[in-house]
Amino acid sequence: MAILVGPETAVICQGMTGRAASYHIERAMAYGTRVVGGVRPGKGGTHHLDVPIFDSVRDAVSETSASASIIFVPPSNAADAMIEAIEAEVPVVVCVTERVPVLDMVRVKDALEGSKTSLIGPNSQGVLTPKACKLGVMATAHERPGSIGIVSRSATLTSEIVAQTSAAGLGQSTTVGIGGDPVHGIGFVECIELFMDDPETHGIILIGEIGGAEEEMAADYLKSAKSAKPVVALVAGRHAPPERRMGHAGTLTLFGRADANQKIKALRAAGVQIAPNPHQVAETMRQSMNNLGT
Amino acid sequence: MNLHEYQAKDLLSRYGVPLPAGDVAQSPSAAEGVARRLPGDRYVVKAQVHAGGRGRAGGIKIVDSVTGVRQAADELLGQTLVTDQTGPEGRSVQAVYVEEAVSSERDIYLAILVDRQTGRVALIGAQQGGEDIEERAAADASIVKTLLLKPDGIPVEGSFKAFARKLDLTGPLIAKGVSLFEKLVNAFIESDASLIEINPLAVTADNDLVALDVKMVLDDNALFRHPDFKNLHDRDELDPVELQAQENEINYVRMDGDIGVVVNGAGLALATHDMLSDAGGTPANFMDIRTTATSLDIAGGFDLLMSNPNVKAVLINVHGGGMQRCDTIAEGVGVSMKRNDRTVPIVVRFAGNNAAYGHTLLRNYGISYVEAQDMGDAIERVMALVRTEAA
Repeated sequence: MAILVGPETAVICQGMTGRAASYHIERAMAYGTRVVGGVRPGKGGTHHLDVPIFDSVRDAVSETSASASIIFVPPSNAADAMIEAIEAEVPVVVCVTERVPVLDMVRVKDALEGSKTSLIGPNSQGVLTPKACKLGVMATAHERPGSIGIVSRSATLTSEIVAQTSAAGLGQSTTVGIGGDPVHGIGFVECIELFMDDPETHGIILIGEIGGAEEEMAADYLKSAKSAKPVVALVAGRHAPPERRMGHAGTLTLFGRADANQKIKALRAAGVQIAPNPHQVAETMRQSMNNLGT
Repeated sequence: MNLHEYQAKDLLSRYGVPLPAGDVAQSPSAAEGVARRLPGDRYVVKAQVHAGGRGRAGGIKIVDSVTGVRQAADELLGQTLVTDQTGPEGRSVQAVYVEEAVSSERDIYLAILVDRQTGRVALIGAQQGGEDIEERAAADASIVKTLLLKPDGIPVEGSFKAFARKLDLTGPLIAKGVSLFEKLVNAFIESDASLIEINPLAVTADNDLVALDVKMVLDDNALFRHPDFKNLHDRDELDPVELQAQENEINYVRMDGDIGVVVNGAGLALATHDMLSDAGGTPANFMDIRTTATSLDIAGGFDLLMSNPNVKAVLINVHGGGMQRCDTIAEGVGVSMKRNDRTVPIVVRFAGNNAAYGHTLLRNYGISYVEAQDMGDAIERVMALVRTEAA
């Protein structure tokens, strides 16, 4: 089962013929991911890495029945690539591209409204269901199929927690990196919902950090939708260097104000167990699972 | 990219946003020259630094004569201004903006930004502006009014007119408000801004709206669409060490502790700082090596750390990922150590992609260091080293 991607997921890659894309797609194929095609306007009809290339996402989907796309397209064209995938109704889309202009993401966000797509990213390491599907650029060595769902804002911290939960014998159902950009696709709340409905996931780990509103929204959600599964969170940045800023506006929006301690307080109030540091995340999860008798 | 007030006002004037007459000056005599060309006989002289809170910090002076302008400019230029938004080190004043004084009957607060929660452009405002807006909003959040916009700048629901009324604009001021909002939204979208803040927006005795102060931030990620904005970049506003780090694909912030910190990824770096601080350590810097940094970039970043005389020990905590591997970072550290005379005790914790190869490279460079097994172990070992150094 897992969430978002599994062994059955048929993957296409937008921007497949580029160097970075080729490197990562080759590794995803070697991992066992079912890559069924690529998209590169003007190169339709050719082959790359032994799979067919199409001119558009729509062509690729109708020819291959792809159910997921991973986007490696330069920042200037990344938004159009995301919108093309959304319009072609690809169910799961990961955008790896860093440095996408924020107003482009405002357009993408508008296109997502009422669509059939779950977008992960941009600036995301992607989604990994261990030993089944790697829709991303994460390193693979320490992940093990298991029972913990991980959703994260940080790629390197995810690797850290993956290694720990594997060493603790828990393993992972799926790990999701929602990306580090201010405006992005799915967030903590959507991932928690999916993990709560997934019978293979027995515990949920949130890896948060200062800035943004993901942790507060997750806390609000968990307050109303009582999770039967233990939820553990790590919020990095309690001792972050002070931020220089321009003007007042950033602190006047509803969620602009929260530092790490306020996020921790909100999550605690929603029944989330807080791990004080990355070193103790797996242990905190194990204790929570024991307490709940799961 | 942060803009100076004079740059932001120049940009907004092209959209027809109503502003006081004024110009920028880099010397007291130039400031006097600007004042002579301005209408009226009262002037405002404003320090041009990338931070708010200038008024409360003495960075804005109101004077009644052109010689007063010269004097005020003389006092401000070269001064280091410390406001509640600059941090304790303050900002050096390299230019002043001289403009006609406009007397205000009421100060409004107005800003446009991208709201992270909804992913929409948001116009926000308050009936009463001023530098204490944050304190007042913290006491009563309902004073802040929000209007969410579609990507093309049209309100999702509600209207600019209704928003003007929420800011207590009445009569002919409603139409002037709507026109101002539309111009600002245009300017925001066309210049790929991430913030425009007008505080205060003056309501004058003649029933006009005038933007007295403007803060504007442009989206760095969209600069490729605006080659003409390149010359707005004020490199003097950046810490030279942080600027050099940026050029080496490294995010770096100077801090005042004694433990040099080398980490890849912002999240892991933040978590490392948390663990170090919890153990009683004080970081000398924040370092996040980006996935795009080459080994030579990393060597340049490590040079910065070695050039900080306060550093007594170094903690390298790297989790090699799909894009930035341990061996690349080991090579960068090795190159830097070879060309630096200084020896500093180092703790290295490598995990993930090419961790073992990273250690092999460091040993091949002849670097002596303490190898840590995991993050907890690494923190303990570096704290032990700092204590030995202090003894």
